[in-house]
Amino acid sequence: MELTEQQIQRYSRHIILEQVGGTGQEKLLSSKVLIVGAGGLGAPAALYLAAAGVGTIGIIDADKVDLTNLQRQIIHHTGDVGVEKVASAEAKMRAINPDVKVKTYHQRAKADNIREVIRGYDFVIDGTDNFPAKFLVNDACYFEKIAFSHAGILRFDGQLITVLPGQTTCYRCIFHAPPPADAVPSCSQAGVLGVLAGVVGSLQATEAIKYLLGIGDLLTGTLLTYNALTMEFRKVRLKRNPECRLCGENPQITELKDEEQIVCDLKDCKR
Amino acid sequence: MKLIINGKETDFSDGLTVGELLVEQKVKMPEMVSVELNGQILRRAQFESTALEDNDKVEFLYFMGGGSGIN
Repeated sequence: MELTEQQIQRYSRHIILEQVGGTGQEKLLSSKVLIVGAGGLGAPAALYLAAAGVGTIGIIDADKVDLTNLQRQIIHHTGDVGVEKVASAEAKMRAINPDVKVKTYHQRAKADNIREVIRGYDFVIDGTDNFPAKFLVNDACYFEKIAFSHAGILRFDGQLITVLPGQTTCYRCIFHAPPPADAVPSCSQAGVLGVLAGVVGSLQATEAIKYLLGIGDLLTGTLLTYNALTMEFRKVRLKRNPECRLCGENPQITELKDEEQIVCDLKDCKR
Repeated sequence: MKLIINGKETDFSDGLTVGELLVEQKVKMPEMVSVELNGQILRRAQFESTALEDNDKVEFLYFMGGGSGIN
């Protein structure tokens, strides 16, 4: 791929970085990242990855934009309320950077479709809000051998870890299975500082770009935790778990299935 | 004895188990916490039987959702 004059200008601040350069920028332009969830975490990740010139960005989400989303899901604007989130996200990414090819999947990520959706992507960003979905992304990326960034946010706390499936600590190594229904409050029940999603989603985008460029140290085997009130970042080293049901010595999970969990929010209860 | 919990040193009475520590730390719902002891993730079934020792490093790891609903 040869950069055009326009692209050399657009990406000049990347290109002058020794660790990126013209070659790195070309690499980004030929890379593919899938974002699961066009919400709080997916919004900043999608915007920054589009601006960075990641050539193909896929985004999967079954929801429509709701007024309560706008406090943190900065890819959606007031006029987008009621619009499919993937369509709203696609419009903003195209507006930021027409170089980017956006693929939208207006559907729920489920055991019977997610492997086909993520196949062919170089990196996956988990921007989902519920635990069955987080385990599903973890397991699907393991079976498809695709590197991904996991993250979670609640109230003033956020955390993320990067997983190279089969090589580094996975989500199931740490958390064996989804917690019982309602044991963990969701953001809609407990609240979340809007900008926290921006911080953590942007960190996920950073990991994606580093992975695609092959630069720096990834958050592999390392959970980065952040508290917005104390402004403390901590790196917690986490070794692979030999008893992990997915990637341990005696794996019991050999195929993808949906984990059941009732997700409640303020408006309704749905399974 | 001294324990290092999520990077902070705190004093506790000797012989405390992981299960008892969760109670002392006022973790209301232990099912929402994973525990790493000196670099090893514990099984939930080990919480009550695992006695802590001086200078043990304990990490409480919390379930966190967030992002976007895809259900």
